[in-house]
Amino acid sequence: MIEQIFPASTVMNGGPVARLDNMTKKNGAAGPQGNKRGNNLVVPGDDLGDSEGFEAGHGVLVMSGRLKALKQGKLREKGRSISIEPLHTRYIPRPGDLVIGFIEGCTNNLWFIELGAPFNAILPMSLGPGKVDFGGTRSVMDIGDAVLCRVQEVEETHSSVVTMKGMGLRKIRSGVVEEIDPHLLGRIIGKGGESLRRMKAETECRIVVADNGRMWIDGELDGILDVRNRLSEISRDSRGVGN
Amino acid sequence: MGGYGDVQMIDENGVRADGRGPGDIRPITIETGVVPVADGSCRMTWGTNEAIVAVYGPMEAHPRKIQRQDRAVLDVAYNMAPFSTTDRMRPGFNRRSREVSKVTQDALESVVLLELYPRSKIRISIEIVSAEAGTRCVGLTAASVALADAGIPMTDLVVSVASGKINDVVVCDLNKEEDNYGEADLPMGIMPNSGELVFLQMDGDLSQDEFEQAWRYNMDAAQEIHKLMVEALNGGDSQ
Repeated sequence: MIEQIFPASTVMNGGPVARLDNMTKKNGAAGPQGNKRGNNLVVPGDDLGDSEGFEAGHGVLVMSGRLKALKQGKLREKGRSISIEPLHTRYIPRPGDLVIGFIEGCTNNLWFIELGAPFNAILPMSLGPGKVDFGGTRSVMDIGDAVLCRVQEVEETHSSVVTMKGMGLRKIRSGVVEEIDPHLLGRIIGKGGESLRRMKAETECRIVVADNGRMWIDGELDGILDVRNRLSEISRDSRGVGN
Repeated sequence: MGGYGDVQMIDENGVRADGRGPGDIRPITIETGVVPVADGSCRMTWGTNEAIVAVYGPMEAHPRKIQRQDRAVLDVAYNMAPFSTTDRMRPGFNRRSREVSKVTQDALESVVLLELYPRSKIRISIEIVSAEAGTRCVGLTAASVALADAGIPMTDLVVSVASGKINDVVVCDLNKEEDNYGEADLPMGIMPNSGELVFLQMDGDLSQDEFEQAWRYNMDAAQEIHKLMVEALNGGDSQ
């Protein structure tokens, strides 16, 4: 049925579902962050100098007039702003992200979705797939089901709302969901989606890469195994320090 | 403390039974990323101690009653493997592991920026694979490395090291015999960049002068160990 809504070719080329443009941008969950890589690694507690004239960016704190590193990672200096790009981090939802979540619970009118983030997201019945009756949430999507959805809103309190209203957002009924570190997504997608397109072509699989580091892979068993091997290779290669 | 004061563990030249001087620590190795499925992990060997620490999270805290609306909760579980000592350890929680988990949690709570992740939980599992003496120090130090490896924001790393007294001489980093038959033991958790303390315990008696000497030994050793931790996290040969 999915096939009819989405011709395989559309998905293969990274069409509306994968939204490559969304993921390769700098504001993506972990898209390529530019090639000007410094080798300036810092660890939590490192003193980064006087805060006078500088702004504390991500992973940096001003404590009694000094800049202090809060995370382990690469030091980035951009104009007056000093920030740290962490080597490893959990996914933090941002509005507009395409994510794959698992249903972790439901009430009469909403589902709780686990995104691999510090906080679960909610999916209200009104944003669910199609028409759902009050109290009928569980018959539509039950605990453990995987869903492809988009982050609608992230509140100040970190609680987030996801939606399934949108092109290609649906419950996942076939294939497998693989999980990788969100900071490796850039490597899988490649520049302008090049590596992802190659992987799709060579393995003849449908692949949807979500911003929270989960991937939906569907196709022949051989193809799925091939993709999984490639993914584990990428994860293994990255295990060294400084990747 | 054993209190067998007649056991000779240090000679008149200040050389200890294992050949170390009074201020020397045992050899240390630190390695990160040893548990692939964890968000952050660390293996630390310290003499014949060995600890493996895995950090998971921040993640949604379950059950909901443990959630705090203004901060994350740390869930620290210190455990010694049954095979970690020469006498088989009875598996599972006991009074001692509860105590060590508690003090480790308190120490880490003062460096981790918990208020950035309200209502969530960070799980830290400390597994002692091989135990000699000072496993709480190994566990705490390795836990702070694993937290940094997991990308969790902290104001500083924590170095934990113990000094003590044997045959009326203050020495740094007690080994098993010195711990069992010595007169005192002073484990400290130190933030190496600021020199602040996050953890301090004392077992036995020390005079003020001895206490200050033990303090100095711990502070010096902390700087030494901190260098190893930074090297392990950043890689001595990072590209």
